[in-house]
Amino acid sequence: MSYHSFLLEPISCHAWNKDQSQIALCPNNHEVHIYKKDGAKWTKVHELKEHNGQVTGIDWAPESNRIVTCGADRNAYVWTLKDGVWKPTLVILRINRAARCVRWAPRENKFAVGSGSRLISICYFEQENDWWVCKHIKKPIRSTILSLDWHPNNVLLAAGSCDFKCRVFSAYIKEVEEKPGPTPWGSKMPFGEMLFESGGGGGWVHSVCFSHSGNKLAWTSHDSTVSVAEGGKSATVSSLSSETLPLLCVTFITENSLVAAGHDCYPVLFVYDGAKGSLVFGGKLDVPKQSAQKGISARERFQNLDRRASEGQGSDKELSSLHKNSISQISVLDGGRAQCTRFCTTGMDGGMTIWDVKTLENSMKNLKIV
Amino acid sequence: MSKQPTSARFRRVDVDEYDENKFVDEEDGAENQLGPDEAEVDSLCGTGNLIEALHAVLKNPPINTKNQNVKDRAEGLVLKVLTAFKSSDIEKGVQSLDRNSVDLLMKYIYKGFEKPSENSSAVLLQWHEKALAVGGVGSIVRVLTARKTV
Repeated sequence: MSYHSFLLEPISCHAWNKDQSQIALCPNNHEVHIYKKDGAKWTKVHELKEHNGQVTGIDWAPESNRIVTCGADRNAYVWTLKDGVWKPTLVILRINRAARCVRWAPRENKFAVGSGSRLISICYFEQENDWWVCKHIKKPIRSTILSLDWHPNNVLLAAGSCDFKCRVFSAYIKEVEEKPGPTPWGSKMPFGEMLFESGGGGGWVHSVCFSHSGNKLAWTSHDSTVSVAEGGKSATVSSLSSETLPLLCVTFITENSLVAAGHDCYPVLFVYDGAKGSLVFGGKLDVPKQSAQKGISARERFQNLDRRASEGQGSDKELSSLHKNSISQISVLDGGRAQCTRFCTTGMDGGMTIWDVKTLENSMKNLKIV
Repeated sequence: MSKQPTSARFRRVDVDEYDENKFVDEEDGAENQLGPDEAEVDSLCGTGNLIEALHAVLKNPPINTKNQNVKDRAEGLVLKVLTAFKSSDIEKGVQSLDRNSVDLLMKYIYKGFEKPSENSSAVLLQWHEKALAVGGVGSIVRVLTARKTV
């Protein structure tokens, strides 16, 4: 578990390149900084300055090595590396509110942008005009889209929104791909068709994630719940109301296990049982080493009594987790979503932690990752 | 020098009411929600079977109804049951509830905090402490984020 503190300010969003040697992140301003791994250190190698508002989403396409960024200035840029310099191309999103999140499709021929304009922009490159064009998915979204995730078939898109629902849409663009085959979520997939909608009530849906096969969809909500839905089993939604603060990000690490993190500053594991349709809490993944309890001297006791009106050593002022503030994003580094071996979290404390699944399994006795 | 100002009545207009894209909650069937059964709860309280009374009063919460009277009546009933418990029995009472009931109990507790009466806050605080131990911070978050309250 290596923790690296990049900044003193929150990291708004981050993205890794294909071989995890470089990380692109937004240091809570209008720019994107790219850091390169230099042994044990990280050195800044590029600064991407084009946005006029805070950069709210970054995604790095592993194969084509393009970065897409979206910001509060209602724009998105696609960056390509030419002669060692990143050059931006503006994408007209036709939105009148800030963009909130962006994701490349698995085949990298299009990307989706969620925004406060209550719609999703699906952007693809039109060869004849040498220009990125976008199509909108509007109905029946009624509030800001907070998170997006693509299904492995490159057509279905899950969207979590502030209108308390998680939905699956079809983002089929006939100009760039052939008709997709049927999936457990449905077989007729014209553009903009909604194939699944979760029940209302509850809180804003902060994060959505498809499993590796695409058959399961997990989302976290602001009412401190985690839910998993399986395609095909229309009404099967397993929810777990947790006892912790709301979770802000979630990802599958195997077909049946999820890791989520949020305002409690540590990642937690959940295990989904498809046969029983149940979701259970698997364990807290950030167990700090217990420092030896030193004896407390009489002088310290009186000092504590004087300052804190209690005799004990007050260690609740400092968080014992690695991250000292909410974790806002989680990304899989190695192994994909089927057999993840390493994942990374960034948070509002400006730090980034890389977690090793094997080490976690060995160090925590009752942890079972299915 | 001083002009008669034009009417400032426009400042009192609630512009959000006229927003076409205003978010409206879905209407669920609200007519049949009458709140917990008063007679049943009273009889259970009378026989001293307080844990059963607690379960009974947490049934049929008037969540979807817009009728304020039903909600007030339910809250009063819940408060009566909670006050009837002895301090030492509160923990057992909370342990006998399932996850959803603990969330519902938290909702009633916070509703009770809104309108404090003579002794209610002390009792509610004791219940709050025990319910927090079982439900965790998450149950309070669910009270805060719930669109439809008791």
